[in-house]
Amino acid sequence: MNLLTQRFFLILSIWAVLMSSGLMFSNDAQATQENYQFATEQQRQDFKRLTKELRCPMCQNQNIADSDAMISHDMRRKVYQLVSQGKDHDQVIDFMRQRYGDFVYYQPPVNNSTIWLWILPFSVLLIGGWILFKRRPEITPSDTQAEADLLAKADEMLEKDK
Amino acid sequence: MINTRFFVPLVAFIALVFFLYQGLFSDPRERDSQALAKPMPTFSLPDLMEPSVIYTNDVFTDEVSLLNIWGVWCVTCAVELPYLTELSEQGVRFVGLYYDQDLDPDFGTKTLARVQQEVIETTNQLGNPFLFNIFDVYRDTSLDLGVTGAPETLLIDQQGIIRVHHIGDINPRVWDSKFVPIYNELMAQQSLHQTENHP
Repeated sequence: MNLLTQRFFLILSIWAVLMSSGLMFSNDAQATQENYQFATEQQRQDFKRLTKELRCPMCQNQNIADSDAMISHDMRRKVYQLVSQGKDHDQVIDFMRQRYGDFVYYQPPVNNSTIWLWILPFSVLLIGGWILFKRRPEITPSDTQAEADLLAKADEMLEKDK
Repeated sequence: MINTRFFVPLVAFIALVFFLYQGLFSDPRERDSQALAKPMPTFSLPDLMEPSVIYTNDVFTDEVSLLNIWGVWCVTCAVELPYLTELSEQGVRFVGLYYDQDLDPDFGTKTLARVQQEVIETTNQLGNPFLFNIFDVYRDTSLDLGVTGAPETLLIDQQGIIRVHHIGDINPRVWDSKFVPIYNELMAQQSLHQTENHP
């Protein structure tokens, strides 16, 4: 590869990185079209975090920052109002949960019906480990002896074929 | 005795099949309403046709009512309007909660007069079940009710408590299975209450 092609690829990769980061920025800006003004930087950060953590109740799997549904517009506005009133993160989440249930928050609470989400993966892991442990063949002296005999026999056959 | 090496995976497999089979018939959109058994949230909203008239929670006291969240933009609402009109002719008290983003004071593109005109045209054409329409200006009351879209219908009892929250259209099947049992019970209570007061 000569110097010219090396340069060419270097420029191409820089350009690609710039393009992809540019796209990401534009997506981020697109998420909230409403142009809300915040009194403090903290409120702006809270708003961004909350709209990412709250789930649109009408769409099947989108947060309210990404969704363009009417309900997401309304919920973003409500989040903005509550944040501007000085409500903290948990208060806004509670407000939404009272109206739309646990579904609205991407962090499910641990209760009788959801505890399985935590128990199942670990129990599968444990059972799998137990089965593997149980099925591990036990190596006994007679096994090694039989194996050695077999190997000797195989060597013999190989010698014969030569 | 059956060998556990075959028995355990078989049982696990049958359990998995049963679990997934149930999933085929479950509706991922179906969720428990948070509004049920709670009082109607406090509101103070104008009439859609006559904005100088302000409605409050008083409109739901002493009468069993159905609150229908709708808008002229909503196709399913247009589908259920004739049936709701039929029910209202049988004496069911329908109140509309008008839900429209085009009328939004911040983002809206339509004027109130234009929407009023469209409402009149729609109800003339398809029937008007509503005693009156409450105009949910910022859709705050809808949000307090946990409304996700239109149409949705709430059955509110004499004490202003929400007894049924139905998402989607009302048709004879939904009305008979979901509303009638509770509605009839409430109406029996209401007539009993009225005869006590006015013997």
